Amino acid sequence: MDDYYTTDRKMSTMQDTKIAASGVQVYYADNHAIKDVNVDIGDKTVTAFIGPSGCGKSTFLRCLNRMNDTIDICRVEGDIKIDGEDIYDKKVDPVQLRAKVGMVFQKPNPFPKSIYDNVAYGPKIHGLASSKADLDNIVEKALRRGAIWDEVKDRLHAPGTGLSGGQQQRLCIARAVATEPEVLLMDEPCSALDPIATAQVEELIDELRQNYAVVIVTHSMQQAARVSQKTAFFHLGNLVEYDDTDTIFTNPKDPRTESYISGRIG
Amino acid sequence: MSNLLIIGIVLILGAVGFLLGRQRALAAAGGDARNLHSLPKYYGANVGLNAIVPAFGVLIVWLLAQPLLVNANVSGMLDEGASAGARNLLMADVRRVADGLDTAVSQGALTAEGAANLGTDTDNVREILADVGVALGSEVTAQTLSAAQRYRAMSATGNIWKTIIVIAASLAGLALAFMVTKPSFRARNIVETGVLAVLIFAASIAIMTTVGIVLSLVFNTIEFFRLYAASEFFFGLRWNPSFSGRGGGSELGIIPLLWGTLYISLVALIVAVPLGLFAAIYLSEYASKGVRAFAKPLLEVLAGIPTIVYGLFALLTVGPLLVEVFGEGGFLGVSWMAGGTAVMTAGLVMGIMLIPFVSSLSDDIINAVPQSLRDGSYGLGATKSETVKQVVLPAALPGIVGAILLAASRAIGETMIVVLGAGAAARLSLNPFDAMTTVTAKIVSQLTGDSDFASPEALVAFALGITLFVITLALNVFALYIVRKYREQYD
Repeated sequence: MDDYYTTDRKMSTMQDTKIAASGVQVYYADNHAIKDVNVDIGDKTVTAFIGPSGCGKSTFLRCLNRMNDTIDICRVEGDIKIDGEDIYDKKVDPVQLRAKVGMVFQKPNPFPKSIYDNVAYGPKIHGLASSKADLDNIVEKALRRGAIWDEVKDRLHAPGTGLSGGQQQRLCIARAVATEPEVLLMDEPCSALDPIATAQVEELIDELRQNYAVVIVTHSMQQAARVSQKTAFFHLGNLVEYDDTDTIFTNPKDPRTESYISGRIG
Repeated sequence: MSNLLIIGIVLILGAVGFLLGRQRALAAAGGDARNLHSLPKYYGANVGLNAIVPAFGVLIVWLLAQPLLVNANVSGMLDEGASAGARNLLMADVRRVADGLDTAVSQGALTAEGAANLGTDTDNVREILADVGVALGSEVTAQTLSAAQRYRAMSATGNIWKTIIVIAASLAGLALAFMVTKPSFRARNIVETGVLAVLIFAASIAIMTTVGIVLSLVFNTIEFFRLYAASEFFFGLRWNPSFSGRGGGSELGIIPLLWGTLYISLVALIVAVPLGLFAAIYLSEYASKGVRAFAKPLLEVLAGIPTIVYGLFALLTVGPLLVEVFGEGGFLGVSWMAGGTAVMTAGLVMGIMLIPFVSSLSDDIINAVPQSLRDGSYGLGATKSETVKQVVLPAALPGIVGAILLAASRAIGETMIVVLGAGAAARLSLNPFDAMTTVTAKIVSQLTGDSDFASPEALVAFALGITLFVITLALNVFALYIVRKYREQYD
């Protein structure tokens, strides 16, 4: 990485805390999947979760917008606060929460609708547009932010499923952005993409940092190093180490982190 | 020798062939199966199949050809001047006498020689046959008896040759396959070709049967249109067949029947589609595992109830109930409904019958919608209901439409519920509380009882049948087309 990114990172770590998680435990039936995780995620920062498969990083990510509620056997304990508000409080409607905390999934999952309707889906549900022209604006803005506007502006009414994998994933990001979330969760957003599409999405993630707190789960340590300012290393359900990305990759404190990033455990 | 015995012998030869072939292959490879192209059992199977399949082929051809040849030969001996119909009757007599004589010989009432030397002057053939339990309609004439004797003689010779040739074919197949058995022989491929042939045979049986059904409908329909004008059949507004006055006076217009069919099906679908679809949505999206495991089989029990039972339900429960509400002096004070049998009665009950069709198919289709789409929708802050309405159902729509169209063709073809629930009057009316009838119900009533298959009143059943077939076929093709078209787009 060059120096520009390094200074950039230093600045961004000064930002306020957006999400504060403390003492989070997650159980799948009897299986203790997340063990006492404490983490503070900064605003306008890209935070990467790395770790071997099955270490709980995706599970923890899904706690942040209560997606785990849709799994019957899943039980979450502990405190997760976004802007100081406990999201597991009874007063919080998970549906409202998810509008505020957008999510992009591992496999691109455009709805079987037109490109336009895919992006307009969230704004329509949440009543963000006052008129058709307004909705058109929102869609265009979201597609521009998703860095896909130029490729699809002439075929907004073609089915979203007809796009290539990389375009589909950027469409999904645009769809998530369209609801004006404050946090964007990304669960291995590039694992189904080729290197070129991956580069496009990574560039996009870096741009999204201007407006959102981005949390990304990734298997690729290079990717974590490229896009994130803070990195958390998970192992066997524990948060082993959480620090600036530079520190994690150049000077890890925990021997397990060092083993993982140097490829000895995985 | 009886056919069963021949089949038994051929099968035994096949089994022997299997063992011999296996042994020869193993011996040729020096006892090590790795030197063979295929496993030893394939060499055995190859020899066994060669012993069985051609022999059975010969047997089948022989069994089909022999009666034809014998009949043609013997009927040449009969009265030259007789018409084809009379000759058929005579041939039936000849066969009966010939079979009777065979029975008499086998029961010991006659010796083989005595049977061959019977004469109408010296013996009472009718009595002899009556003693062994073969009743004849009239005295046996000399001509019939001699034809029967000829028939017996030819059949006997034929049977002997049949036995010889079939067993010879079996042995030849066995020997031939045995000779070619050597390690480089590709027995596995040959046997797999045999399996392929079996698969093709199974597939073609189904297709050929369909073709046969259609052809039998087509020929009788053509016959019907010779007797009755096609334009009057397709566009006639009255259905009024007369059975008393042969040939004339019948009005056989299909429109009232088609109207009844479509009206009842429409009512049935109006009942079945929302109920079935909502049940499917509940079961696949909302119900907990326990409820689902309990409710789904219970719903499918509905599909297992015989339609005649639904018919009884319509006749005894739903009909009277509807009359109490909509009939004269009913709760509503209207007298729309004259009797228990009506479009509404049959339609409601048929709708109930169709619920499991719609719900079960739709449930499978909704379950096939990928979870990732639901996650995507939830992740955008949509509620469950919004997700179902705007993501899951649109994605499942082509399949659901297919399910509905299949239910529709089922409704159009339904008979028993209509017979018991809708009445028998062919009527063109808009009132759903009138009795009406359908194409299927009329096919039943035209063909049951004493029907002369040369009259238009009976033949009309085939024309009705083929019309119905074309309609349901078109519906099914349309359903498949819809399903394919949209599936391609969304997968």
